[in-house]
Amino acid sequence: MVKEKSVLLEIKDLRIEGYSDEEWIEIVHGVNLTLHRGEVMGLIGESGAGKSTIGLAAMGFTRDGCRISGGSVLFDGMDLTTASRAERRALRGSRIAYVAQSAAASFNPAHKLIEQHTESGRLHKISSKSEMEADAIELYRRLRLPNPEEIGFRYPHQVSGGQLQRAMTAMAMSCRPDLIIFDEPTTALDVTTQIEVLAAIRDIVEQFNTAALYITHDLAVVAQMADRIKVLLKGDEVEEAETRKMLADPEEDYTKSLWSVRSFEREQKPPPPASETPLISVRNVDASYGPVPVLKGVSFDIYRGQTVAVVGESGSGKSTTARCITGLLPPDAGEILYDGQVLPARYQNRSKEQLRQVQMIYQMADTALNPKKTIGEIIGRPLQFYGGLRGAELKTAIDQLLDQIELEPSLYYNRLPSELSGGQKQRVGIARALAAGPTFIICDEVTSALDQLVAEGILRLLDRLQKELDLAYMFITHDLATVRAISDVVVVMKEGEVVEQGPKDVMFKPPHHEYTDLLLSSVPEMDPDWLTHLLEERGVDNVGEAAHDKKT
Amino acid sequence: MVSFAVIYYALLIVACCVAAFYRQRSGLIVLFVLLCVSLISGLLGGVDVLINITIGVALLAAAGGISYSFRETLTYILPNEPAKLMRKAPLTAAFGLLVIIAYVIAAVFAPIIAPFGEAQVVGSSFAPPDDVMILGGDQLGRDLFSRLIYGARNTVGIAVLTTAIAFIVGTVAGLVAASMGGWVDQVMGRIVDVLMAIPQLIFALLLLTIVGTSVVNLTLVIALLYSPLIFRLVRAVAGNIVVMDYIEAARLRGESTWYLTTKEVLPNITAPLAAEFGLRFCFVFLAISALSFLGLGIQPPTADWGSMVRENASLISFGLLTPLIPAAAIALLTVAVNFVVDWMLHISSGLKE
Repeated sequence: MVKEKSVLLEIKDLRIEGYSDEEWIEIVHGVNLTLHRGEVMGLIGESGAGKSTIGLAAMGFTRDGCRISGGSVLFDGMDLTTASRAERRALRGSRIAYVAQSAAASFNPAHKLIEQHTESGRLHKISSKSEMEADAIELYRRLRLPNPEEIGFRYPHQVSGGQLQRAMTAMAMSCRPDLIIFDEPTTALDVTTQIEVLAAIRDIVEQFNTAALYITHDLAVVAQMADRIKVLLKGDEVEEAETRKMLADPEEDYTKSLWSVRSFEREQKPPPPASETPLISVRNVDASYGPVPVLKGVSFDIYRGQTVAVVGESGSGKSTTARCITGLLPPDAGEILYDGQVLPARYQNRSKEQLRQVQMIYQMADTALNPKKTIGEIIGRPLQFYGGLRGAELKTAIDQLLDQIELEPSLYYNRLPSELSGGQKQRVGIARALAAGPTFIICDEVTSALDQLVAEGILRLLDRLQKELDLAYMFITHDLATVRAISDVVVVMKEGEVVEQGPKDVMFKPPHHEYTDLLLSSVPEMDPDWLTHLLEERGVDNVGEAAHDKKT
Repeated sequence: MVSFAVIYYALLIVACCVAAFYRQRSGLIVLFVLLCVSLISGLLGGVDVLINITIGVALLAAAGGISYSFRETLTYILPNEPAKLMRKAPLTAAFGLLVIIAYVIAAVFAPIIAPFGEAQVVGSSFAPPDDVMILGGDQLGRDLFSRLIYGARNTVGIAVLTTAIAFIVGTVAGLVAASMGGWVDQVMGRIVDVLMAIPQLIFALLLLTIVGTSVVNLTLVIALLYSPLIFRLVRAVAGNIVVMDYIEAARLRGESTWYLTTKEVLPNITAPLAAEFGLRFCFVFLAISALSFLGLGIQPPTADWGSMVRENASLISFGLLTPLIPAAAIALLTVAVNFVVDWMLHISSGLKE
């Protein structure tokens, strides 16, 4: 890589304020950032660290209700904080481009991809539409999209998520900008799809010597992409260093704690004796949504006190299996056994006692807690409903539960869910499941919406509760790091079928089933050379196709 | 007279300059538009038009001033939470609240406030306003002012009752349809489609001719005609709530449909419902007035604004404003309620935090 070393973007003492409750509160406290031409800088931190806000400020833009209150943003010598609207608008799209987290939400569903691609070029009068189209096809080819000549003439809903994210990167490239801001471009994607997008982004940025700000909370991803990493915490800079130095030798305690998150791993339990009846047994379950078959002959067992991780990419039938177990989706064939007894297929036909034994914790704590009810009411309801507790007894039981999930009862009892952070909400979701006094809990992607530090806390909590209460977990996830941390048994699913299952230590050792291997090798590692090695191993051109094959 | 015009224009121009000097952009625009309008209308209509404009502006200013002091008073009197809400309320909302309160007082204390009885004949028919009858008499010589106050009681009271019935029916049906789904939802949806396929006023006239005109029938018929609209709103809003994970969690807990709808869904849809209540109230109110105007609504001698407009309608050809007074009462209340509804919508849209 040959790099011009001139400074492209220089942010000095940037301060940003947000308006809430009738006053301006500073959310970014004087951040400095220098980005050279052709350099990729990774911005990492938990949510609320101000990553996205700084990313947008680099374009001279703030979200509604925010304002830049101090400092300067010098882009190629021009201060964007004092530039006029028209000047800033002339830069956007042509010299600074933005790639958002959700490509699906950022494309206009009513227009074809290529029309949207050529829009900024036409707007900035850079070249004619036909030239832009030819260029778009070239970019699609470079980003290794299938059928580059033809894919641009599709509508956004006609291509997959990973392809859409690459099309968006191509769009950002359309005017050959000097700077691209990537705001969590792969967070919403599966591990296997993530690789295609990461490889594509890295190549194209290198080819055109574009500078980039890469915003993410995933350390392993940033390790592959960035030349330098800047760590942020609550609107303050923690430290900045070259990627390799940062990974090998972080200076600040906070950075070290981020690095060590991935180290949590609990001991695997020995397999139960053959004579024990499984707590939950899924036997040859077929299920479908209308005429579309989703599950084909799914079978696995879960024993008391055991954690079974069900992994697979989206659409593999993990959550559908959970819906069959809870009785929300009656299976077409096969049965669910609880402690040797067949459970009625529909939840409406199950007894209160049967319902009590199987509880769920949801992925999105935001939609899993009624926003109009206080924490006390939410946790208290199952106690009331199943246990018939009233008055002081109920209050004591709720306090105990709050203690168990490490929330101070006196502080949280009367709060509404909107007054809690994401991790705290997830804890309340756990408490609600515990309140029923179950033996089996389904955890549906419980940590995927959370930051790593918070997710780690939740995993530790679940682990502690399992030891105390002898609970069995079915852990649905696509994150193999989580699987490694918490599971006893791993079930790999693909297209509604169980591909492979077995104890964790066996599953994480070769030889694997082909698909398990693809999944395992796709999980980003902290090694900055990981992506390069992986691509060499798979053969660069095969990355896209390998992932494409499994879809067809 | 000429001196009035000179002072009028001089004041406006000075005000424009002051606004420009202090860089009050919106104020300057308003003043300047007023100046242009006054110039044209002054040239065309003479000084009289200018006097009318002055009166109009003075009335608006007075309304603004009263609303402002009303809001400040409320902020001072009310306890902490509502006071905070009031402080952020726009002037229009304060004005709306003030008007609504005035109407409620008029309705509740009608016999005390009104100088004469509802059906009492005081003077000659179509008597001009004097010291005894402030607004003059109607076609039978009854006091228009007294009837206006009694009208608040009848028209507003019936409208509130009707809207409430329509809401209870519509909300219950909508919640049931949303949470049960399947064929229940389908059947209810089709019934509502049928009810909504026929133009409302025609349908109301038809039904009232069949069942006969009485206050009870009127209330029930209008409630029936308006409940499908509520049903559709509730079904749509609740439809977004019943797919939430917390509803699924409650279902899996084995909760009854009653608990699901009243404890889990209803608290989440009260804000749009409250806003809709205000809006629907206006429509119901206008529908009752329209029916009364057509002679199928509230029957004489009960005072009602809609029928009062009709009874005095012939006076309009003599250039008198008498029939417009009850109409203005209707218009004022409708505007006031909408101001408050707008404010509530703004709050419920979650922009407060």
